[in-house]
Amino acid sequence: MNQIAPERPKVDKKPEPSLYASHQKVQPRAVKGRVRNIKWAVLVVLLALYYVVPWFRWDRGPGVPDQAVLVDISHARLFFLWIELWPQEVYFLTGALVLGAIGLFAVTSLYGRLWCGFTCPQTVWTDLFMWVERRIEGDRNARIKLDQGAKDGRWWKLKLSKHAAWLFIAMATGGAWIMYFNDAPTVTWAMLTGQASLTVYGFFALFTATTYVLAGAAREQVCTYMCPWPRFQGAMLDDNSLVVTYRDWRGEPRGKPDAAHGDCVDCKACVHVCPTGIDIRDGQQLECIGCGLCVDACDDVMAKLGRDKGLIAFETLKNLAASQAAVAGMAPGPARNAAGMAARVPQKKIRPRTLIYAGVIMGVVALMLGAWMLRATLTLSVERDRAPLFVQLSDGGIRNGYTLKLANKTRGEDLHLALVLDGPQGLSLTVQDAMEDAAGRPILTTRDDGITQWRALVTAPPGLRLRDSTPITFRLVDGSGRTLVTQHSAFMGPRR
Amino acid sequence: MPTKIEKDSITGQETTGHEWDGLKELNTPLPKWWLYTFYATILFAAVWVVLYPAIPVQGWTGLTGWTARGALPAQMDAERARQAPMLARLREVSAEQIAADPELRGFALAGGRVGFANNCAGCHGAGGQGASGGFPSLADDDWLWGGSFEAIHTTISHGVRAGESDEERGIAMPAFLATGMLTQAQINDTADFVLSLSGRSADPAAVTRGRELYAENCASCHGDGGEGNRDMGAPRLNDQIWLYGGDRASVVRSIAYSRAGVMPAWRGRLDPAMINMITVYVHALGGGE
Ligand code: SF4
Ligand code: SF4
Repeated sequence: MNQIAPERPKVDKKPEPSLYASHQKVQPRAVKGRVRNIKWAVLVVLLALYYVVPWFRWDRGPGVPDQAVLVDISHARLFFLWIELWPQEVYFLTGALVLGAIGLFAVTSLYGRLWCGFTCPQTVWTDLFMWVERRIEGDRNARIKLDQGAKDGRWWKLKLSKHAAWLFIAMATGGAWIMYFNDAPTVTWAMLTGQASLTVYGFFALFTATTYVLAGAAREQVCTYMCPWPRFQGAMLDDNSLVVTYRDWRGEPRGKPDAAHGDCVDCKACVHVCPTGIDIRDGQQLECIGCGLCVDACDDVMAKLGRDKGLIAFETLKNLAASQAAVAGMAPGPARNAAGMAARVPQKKIRPRTLIYAGVIMGVVALMLGAWMLRATLTLSVERDRAPLFVQLSDGGIRNGYTLKLANKTRGEDLHLALVLDGPQGLSLTVQDAMEDAAGRPILTTRDDGITQWRALVTAPPGLRLRDSTPITFRLVDGSGRTLVTQHSAFMGPRR
Repeated sequence: MPTKIEKDSITGQETTGHEWDGLKELNTPLPKWWLYTFYATILFAAVWVVLYPAIPVQGWTGLTGWTARGALPAQMDAERARQAPMLARLREVSAEQIAADPELRGFALAGGRVGFANNCAGCHGAGGQGASGGFPSLADDDWLWGGSFEAIHTTISHGVRAGESDEERGIAMPAFLATGMLTQAQINDTADFVLSLSGRSADPAAVTRGRELYAENCASCHGDGGEGNRDMGAPRLNDQIWLYGGDRASVVRSIAYSRAGVMPAWRGRLDPAMINMITVYVHALGGGE
């Protein structure tokens, strides 16, 4: 299965970390570079989306908030742009989640932990919190010094301002989450003026607290100890997946920038920028979220030394092994580097697992599209009376009662539909409180995004001899004679 | 418990002193924040136990004195207050007007269903299907005292033979045998005639004899052709619905000893709004006129 690189050349590896070591605070250093720029861009776009989306308006007519994206608990509706889901249609949500999961598998099998390193909310908010921390307390060295120094006035000032800023962001985050479940302008005003419900303030406090704790204090510990995803994503990766890799065949042996050593000058820049506090030169590790910041850090060092970039790079393990094999026995230097790079082959993107993921994605998409096309926006449910099962009429006829519920899942004009009964000749149909059309058929009227209820009575005249249970069918017919809904039921009578 | 804290030579970690097959268990405490969260939950529980009735001891309600039972009146009051405007309107208008107003009608049907289940279903069945032995079906098209909104409302308010008011629904049928008004033979003949009214099999000779007896004794209430009389609650005899059974023996028994169902008067027992709601609900069961 996952064929990991063959026996590697001797790497200057630090001893296995003790399983019993207590937690060390990670103080990552700031870094500039291509990957970092991409990460900033992703961060800005995602945060902007998060804060702005609830404010998008969407005309939905009277009675419901005009919000484009809304989980409306009180009306039991899910609004997403032009899509409106009723509770019995949550399977679309399930489908979307399945798509999300398989999509994540597919991306991971091709490009590694892009989700973890770039788009995971934990990563995004932690990045934001670290940026704030850096603006207030300074970069890595300044922070370490601050933490080791005395708790003087400056310490208090910096710490207090940092936590105040964090709390402010956490509140903005928690507050914005509320808006996905309530009409944004209304709930924002209510929260600001102290008029929101206890529930709203409760959830606001909860989401504020989780943001503050997870992004401010827990940080990389969420990824290594709490999140299940790193534990099983190994199953998505193989040696054709791109992962952040230290090209040890090029870097080793580490040391001075001279002919006796590889390209790694052991400056530890890659370690210092790592938000999870690991050394990527030790090889693939569970803790590595694939953020690529070490790539930027090392590229910077290589540029200063006038060497090729890419000592740490997004690379497949297959190529890593190929390069290693190609340079076996060669002395450090440009010749070895060239040989190693030449041995690489383009990433194989079409592999059984990517094909399977693509197949599953297309299958689920097709299923969802099909379900969406076949989704009935008008449904009729027919409940036959159980007590009495049937009613004996004074002329000897038999009558059954039915409760009809007509659900209309769209908004707009009310529909006026004629109710037609299909069954044995002679059965007659009346609907209480319903108007009748020219042909004497009862007319049922729908309600905007709602349910109307009717009571129908079906009567068999005295002469009609039916079995004790006779299948009948209700149909709703529109003005042009088209049948919109059909619902089967039964007509009960005495045992003959 | 070891008296001396022992350190593991390899990891430098403290040990718990427990040993198993030569392996010592290391003491690796939870992170502090975990512990504090844990302590916080304990504290929360302790406060909760003191404030709320968490100890299953008779009479212990905690310092707040809160009980689920005690909280009920407030919830009921809130619910009553919520329904009050609607109920006030339901009290003022007639059942007929309620049925014509979709909003009132929906409320009345929901409330009437509950009121019916609580007060009426015991005799008339959960769906108004009635029960044998004189409990009429409310879902069919036969009404002893009328099936209009007004008639149903009167029946519910004053009951039937409830002794609540002399004028309303108080009339009863005489027991022809017990009072000596008819002989057993005459009653048998009358029964045959009554059966013939609804096309049931009867002895033709007895029908002929019974015709005159019926005209003299029964027609004043049940009508010449057995069409019944709602003012007196006299049932139709020419249809297929028989409250006390339509076989010969049952009809004979009805004539000989009379039948007179009793229903309580609900005026004074139920809120006028509730009587209105039940009226609308019963009317909608299927038999309303
Ligand atoms: S940043 Fe590059 S040169 Fe510096 S220690 Fe890391 S791998 Fe070596
Ligand atoms: S090792 Fe590199 S890619 Fe992995 S988490 Fe650390 S900085 Fe990010």
